[in-house]
Amino acid sequence: MAENNNTPPVGGDYKYGFTSDIPTDYIPHGLSEEVVRLISRKKDEPEWLLQFRLDAYNYWKTLEMPRWAHLDIPPIDYQDIIYYAAPKQKKAPGSLDEVDPALLDTFNRLGIPLEEQKALSGMAVDAVMDSVSVKTTHREKLAELGIIFCSFSEAVKQYPDLVRKYLGKVVSYRDNFFAALNSAVFSDGSFVYIPKGVRCPMELSTYFRINASGTGQFERTLIVADDDAYVSYLEGCTAPMRDENQLHAAIVEIIVEERAEVKYSTVQNWYAGDAEGRGGVYNFVTKRGLCRGDYSKLYWTQVETGSAITWKYPSCILKGEGSVGEFYSVAVTNNRQQADTGTKMIHIGRNSRSTIVSKGISAGHSQNSYRGLVKVAPAAEGVRNYTQCDSLLLSDTCGAHTFPYIDVRNPTAIVEHEATTSKISEEQIFYCNQRGIPTEEAVGLIVNGYAKEVMNKLPMEFAVEAQKLLSITLENSVG
Amino acid sequence: MENSLTQYLDLLDSHLATIDSKAPALFNALRPTAIETLRNAGRFPRTGDEDVPNANPAQMFAPDYGINIDRRPIPADVAASFRCDVPNVSTLTAIVVGDTFHPTSTLLHNLPQGLTVMSLARAAAEHPQLVEPYLNKLAADSSASAALNTALLQDGVLIHAARGVRVDKAVQIVSIFSTQAPMLAVRRILVVAEEGSSVRVLLCDHSQRNDVDYMSSQVVEAFVGQGASVELYDVEESSARTRRMSETFVRQERDSSFVSVGCSLCGGDTANSVSLDLAGEGAETELNALVIAAGERHIDNRIRLAHCAPHCRSRQLFKYALFDNARGAFGGKVVVAEGAVRTDAAQTNRNLLIGDQSTMHSAPQLEIYCDDVKASHGATTGQLDERALFYMQSRGIPREEARRMLVQAFMMDVADTIRLDALRDRMRLLVEKRLGGDAAASCSECSACK
Repeated sequence: MAENNNTPPVGGDYKYGFTSDIPTDYIPHGLSEEVVRLISRKKDEPEWLLQFRLDAYNYWKTLEMPRWAHLDIPPIDYQDIIYYAAPKQKKAPGSLDEVDPALLDTFNRLGIPLEEQKALSGMAVDAVMDSVSVKTTHREKLAELGIIFCSFSEAVKQYPDLVRKYLGKVVSYRDNFFAALNSAVFSDGSFVYIPKGVRCPMELSTYFRINASGTGQFERTLIVADDDAYVSYLEGCTAPMRDENQLHAAIVEIIVEERAEVKYSTVQNWYAGDAEGRGGVYNFVTKRGLCRGDYSKLYWTQVETGSAITWKYPSCILKGEGSVGEFYSVAVTNNRQQADTGTKMIHIGRNSRSTIVSKGISAGHSQNSYRGLVKVAPAAEGVRNYTQCDSLLLSDTCGAHTFPYIDVRNPTAIVEHEATTSKISEEQIFYCNQRGIPTEEAVGLIVNGYAKEVMNKLPMEFAVEAQKLLSITLENSVG
Repeated sequence: MENSLTQYLDLLDSHLATIDSKAPALFNALRPTAIETLRNAGRFPRTGDEDVPNANPAQMFAPDYGINIDRRPIPADVAASFRCDVPNVSTLTAIVVGDTFHPTSTLLHNLPQGLTVMSLARAAAEHPQLVEPYLNKLAADSSASAALNTALLQDGVLIHAARGVRVDKAVQIVSIFSTQAPMLAVRRILVVAEEGSSVRVLLCDHSQRNDVDYMSSQVVEAFVGQGASVELYDVEESSARTRRMSETFVRQERDSSFVSVGCSLCGGDTANSVSLDLAGEGAETELNALVIAAGERHIDNRIRLAHCAPHCRSRQLFKYALFDNARGAFGGKVVVAEGAVRTDAAQTNRNLLIGDQSTMHSAPQLEIYCDDVKASHGATTGQLDERALFYMQSRGIPREEARRMLVQAFMMDVADTIRLDALRDRMRLLVEKRLGGDAAASCSECSACK
């Protein structure tokens, strides 16, 4: 684990035990019931939420880390993690001169504006970019429409009834190992509520907030779109996030009511470790949406380029009649990265439909797996699913794997799955070379063409950066 | 649920000496490791385990079957099984009653030079050099059911083609259940095709009674030598109370060819698996199966195909038509190992859900560790095309008839891959009759054979 710099001073401090007057903004290593209580107390949470955390913790204790994924995960010592670190004063770089030049170079090539560059490299954001006021203006506009967009802790205080009504309803704390862990110790996250009939006028993003409040490694997002509402939500950012936390176990829960529509886009570019596979983030995320209302729609779009190990399956439970779930994914792995990602489409409602388009790109010594489930419940008449998952191999030492599970329990369903695996042909490269495009650029061009179907689903401003990101991630991987 | 493996471990504990006394030393030498594997496994796989979506081995092995460890002769109406004889195909036939090998006179008198078809137990005693290097080399430790097969092994069939021997005539092995008491048959088939040889094998399963529980534990090991060719046709026409656990293991050397076509027409719960290694460069393989299931039947087909060498080609086609409450499962894994460049692998699984309660579980998987490959898989589950049905109805074909014709056409793709002309025609006819009559008919009631 790389967070040794967070280690509390040895000796001395423990003699006060777990009293409320612990003066520091960190708590000792490890996980215990006391730690869970302490987190809850520090966040001044109501009793029911503490109980939720404790139930999750007690359940987590009974679990073992799952081993079924096609991943080689070094053992994780859960007692060597600090489960709560309040926004603490990092030693912020004074100017861009102090920032890692490699990082700046990447920023420039991604075309990120200078002011944002400063924010992203951890400089005191408020001073250089008026993000606070930006945030406030947006907030006022949203408030006029009745939209709630705030941090999770804030929501617990201000809208406890809403949070209580929806928390854990899609991803129960009993769902899996990491969901239980997150439910016990989640630090913060976002809460979004779109009232009936409201169309959110802007893309909601966690972009600014993450930097402002350092939500940390156990994030929890809850999005509720009431009847006829619409929202497009963006998570993450294209810039490489240098993060000292190795384990990220987040939960995203989405509830879509009648005729509502939610679009959730992720661009994930956490630190992937170096070329030899040292360091890097473990991204173990549980994301699931419940299309509860009839004719509700949920779209997941993800571009995964970062993290040493990715383990995530954004899923849709299509419970409403005629509900629609879509999953578009590009997952790129290079060097020693590993990814086991895909989706689950659980068809429960009549005439529900789903589409899955997954594009995997592997290079270097990486391993990239698609794992997906399409399940049609016995009562789900007239279900339609189309799945396409393609893999592109860019080196002879990488791996590309496909593990689809198709479980049809209603004979009126039509389910199709197609998968192909191939490499960029020499003819394609030659054709580009012939026209004066160097090999490296040609690969970028072909990869972008290959991923275009997914990229087109991203919001405009993200798509441009994501395309550049693809090329940068694959640099030096041609051969 | 009670652990269904316990009864077999108890039997092996108390009667090992009896089993050993009626089997050649070569088999007995394999028993301790197999029993050890069984003990370590602890139980049979069951529904809920990874890769066991439908047919439930734990349940299939649960009934109190009799096992003929004393090797008592079992009377069987051999002539009755010849109702199923394939017309116009001249075969070298052997009958396996329960699990005891009986050659027919055609086999004894017409065996070509260089081809050996004989009791595995006799071969182990008389020609150990043909058996010892191969037996259990592929199946060992692969699963609890294969280990049980080895632990109880007393007889089987050896098919051996010497170097360069090419035999066009198919070797037909007819396996019969005929006892009045429930029975578990340990069936073992060892196919060895030496360099440049070619051999065709036709396996037929029959049950002469449909009111008794039978269980067939079948292990086939096939070694396809350099440039050799093996065709394996497997036709299952038994009764609704005949369960079948069949495991096929294949190893292919350089430039060899292997074709397997499985036809599941009538029977009880069935779990078939094929584990195949393309070990030599330029080898080709084709694995196909057609499944027609009705009633409460479960049918599993599991494939594990490993491309271990460059320039190999594999094709798979699995088609299911599921009536009534039938449940089908297909798990196909294709692994392309590092260095297996220019691999060309394709896998197709198409399923028709016809019965109101029929279900299908499909998991086509690709695991690829090499970049210069062409690999694809496709899986569809759905119904007959309404437009096609309408088209046919609009031309005066009754709906039921139109449906039958479409299902038949759907299945013919697989039947057409049979390279033995007479058998292919026979399969077409059987599929037609199977779809025409009561979809749940069992072999003993089936008019097709009479």
